[in-house]
Amino acid sequence: MIRNTILSLLGLSLAGAAKADWVLNMPMGITDLSLETYNLHMMVFWWCVAIGIVVFAVMIISLVRHRKSKGAEPATFSHSTTAEVIWTAIPVIILVLMAVPTAETMVKMEDSRNPDMSIVVTAYQWKWHYKYQDSNIEFYSSLARPSLEARRKQSGVDPYAVENYLREVDNPVVVPRGAKVRLLFTSNDVIHSWWVIDLAIKKDAIPGIVNEAWFLANEIGTYRGQCAELCGKDHGYMPIVVEVVEPEAYEAWVNSHDVEQ
Amino acid sequence: MNTEAHSSHDEHEDHGPAKGIKRWLFSTNHKDIGTMYLVLSLVMFFVGGAMAMIIRSELAIPGLQFVHPEFFNQMTTMHALIMVFGAVMPAFVGLANWMIPLMIGAPDMALPRMNNWSFWILPIAFGMLVSTLFMPGGAPAGGWTMYPPLVLQTGDAFPFLIFSVHLLGVSSIMGAINIIVTVINLRAPDMSLLKMPMFVWTWLITAYLLIAVMPVFAGAVTMLLTDQFFGTSFFLAAGGGDPVMFQHIFWFFGHPEVYIMILPAFGVVSEIIPTFARKKLFGHDSMVYAASCIAFLSFIVWAHHMFTVGMPLTGQLFFMFATMLIAIPTGVKIFNWVATMWRGAMTFETPMLFSLAFVFLFTIGGFSGLMLAVAPADVQYHDTYFVVAHFHYTLVPGSVFAIMAGAYYWLPKWTGHMYNEALGKVHFWASAIFVNLTFFPMHFLGLAGMPRRIPDYSTQFADFNTIASIGAFGFGLSQLLFVWVILTAKKGEKATDRVWEGSHGLEWTVPSPAPYHTFDTPPQARIANEAFE
Repeated sequence: MIRNTILSLLGLSLAGAAKADWVLNMPMGITDLSLETYNLHMMVFWWCVAIGIVVFAVMIISLVRHRKSKGAEPATFSHSTTAEVIWTAIPVIILVLMAVPTAETMVKMEDSRNPDMSIVVTAYQWKWHYKYQDSNIEFYSSLARPSLEARRKQSGVDPYAVENYLREVDNPVVVPRGAKVRLLFTSNDVIHSWWVIDLAIKKDAIPGIVNEAWFLANEIGTYRGQCAELCGKDHGYMPIVVEVVEPEAYEAWVNSHDVEQ
Repeated sequence: MNTEAHSSHDEHEDHGPAKGIKRWLFSTNHKDIGTMYLVLSLVMFFVGGAMAMIIRSELAIPGLQFVHPEFFNQMTTMHALIMVFGAVMPAFVGLANWMIPLMIGAPDMALPRMNNWSFWILPIAFGMLVSTLFMPGGAPAGGWTMYPPLVLQTGDAFPFLIFSVHLLGVSSIMGAINIIVTVINLRAPDMSLLKMPMFVWTWLITAYLLIAVMPVFAGAVTMLLTDQFFGTSFFLAAGGGDPVMFQHIFWFFGHPEVYIMILPAFGVVSEIIPTFARKKLFGHDSMVYAASCIAFLSFIVWAHHMFTVGMPLTGQLFFMFATMLIAIPTGVKIFNWVATMWRGAMTFETPMLFSLAFVFLFTIGGFSGLMLAVAPADVQYHDTYFVVAHFHYTLVPGSVFAIMAGAYYWLPKWTGHMYNEALGKVHFWASAIFVNLTFFPMHFLGLAGMPRRIPDYSTQFADFNTIASIGAFGFGLSQLLFVWVILTAKKGEKATDRVWEGSHGLEWTVPSPAPYHTFDTPPQARIANEAFE
């Protein structure tokens, strides 16, 4: 709690100094696991800060006090078994404290049993294809037209004038809130990686292999991501948009899609 | 035997270096070859740096202004290959060539003709690699990690990429063999292994790493070559192969490679800090054991680069725990450096400044490394600018600062003159400020969700990218100062043999500049060291 307050204060002061949309930290996301991931990230971060403060403090004190210009005489010690045992043992303890909750989260992440629905995600150079396994809905999802026009070299279009520049698609993935969604990833050509930071999912889409991941969204909204594995010239132009909607709205979306096809 | 060796060396002293180009082409002298390695490395540092400037220009503001995405990918790929294999590795081999014989009291490297070869292969390899920029289809653009199937989409450059990697591997292996043989056989008679200077130790360990992993790398890229041209399907799913297999093999090379680029840096810093703290290196033996531990662990952590490829849970857990273990020996090293400074009598000449910045900033790179080891969090960090920030912190204020520290430290021994200390300090402060301005904001970019290797980005990433670009140009320009300091080094006052007040070790017993031939007869290391105390 105190940690979060300090961090948000730090974030605010830095952000306040410039623009309000500066993001300094990983988002907490919208699933239980994305929150756990965020907490693990912050736990290791604070351990690092603590260790850093100790090490750098000793170093800075030494740099200030033990200088020749202040008449310091060099000591002659060059060994201390006690000290060395201590600074080997303490990191071991810290690592164990970090490893245990991490392993717990990993076990949960890999447990994709009993999903409510499954979507097959196939990657292409340079777009995504989604197929809902429980219905006959399938579609390609590519960079939206306004971004497509603005992205050309010296297009003359101001990226700031394009809403969600490079992070908007023609056909977003729609999923219901509160359902366990299993994603199955594969690729048609090279390796891609499907990443939506608010779902804490980044999984490679690899030709000849089917990978899986799952999420259960707690909040409705539009969540954006993009391909995270270099996949050729348009690697930067294959975004992902996931729309989490209420279950009733999802039903309506499914029905309207079925009619279209 | 002894007298025979002696008389042949006396003959050598009569003729110094050959005249003109022959001196360099046919050189078997460790000092000349060391110089050539260092010059090549500096040239490559600027070639790779120019590519970084192109990358940062394009990324300075959102939208595509200067280059096409294809060319952008060529730049990221070539920047990495050139900096890793052309700038950092040859610089350390150059320092090893110059300093290891001087530090252990050897007359030269054990295998001088192979030494000549291992250097001259490099310009050929880089000639091939850089020439791909002018080929149909352009330079390799699939990333320096060369993941198939993407790398198989490379144009005419593909075989040149593979063969240049082969040549670089051959050169590295020959250099490594030479260093091992020299260190094992040519030490001063009273220098036992555990009495060796830290730089020699870390290089000995590095050389074993090189011999272990370079053939693996050569094998991996050869399989790419046969997949492309001879109908095999090692990594092609359609033919029953597995694209992920390449990543396992690549990172089995790639992770030890990371330590190949940092262990000699540890060595350099372990030489410099005691000199300017006027106090012996704290825990010399535990430093040796820590470096050996790091080297061993580097072989069993490779798949932490692959937490998103879909490994079984047990595999992920193993690689996560093994990776976390690396923090322990690395911590020992950092604590030992701090303990070396503690109650010393420090002065802050340029080599010391670079070494201190190394300890501070490499530690930050180590912290982000620990964060990356946490597999669930790595899912978020992987292939983002957080990773770019992490490895640039370990490589630029890590390896590169250590190389620069070493260059300033030994420059008076090489040239016989003191470099311009004031300019050296300006170079240091400019580098230290700009390197942080460049790479620190990248942590935020990665955490906010910006993937690496993209030529254009969403507007929410704009501000930190602009800052990083400003930092990068500043850092690039600062390096011109480094060249200026080196070029004008001979104008400085005459250096003494010992150069620094706190120097220790055999290299400071020979005159400055070091004569063309040194230690024709083996020195007494113990006596030489006692003279400094």
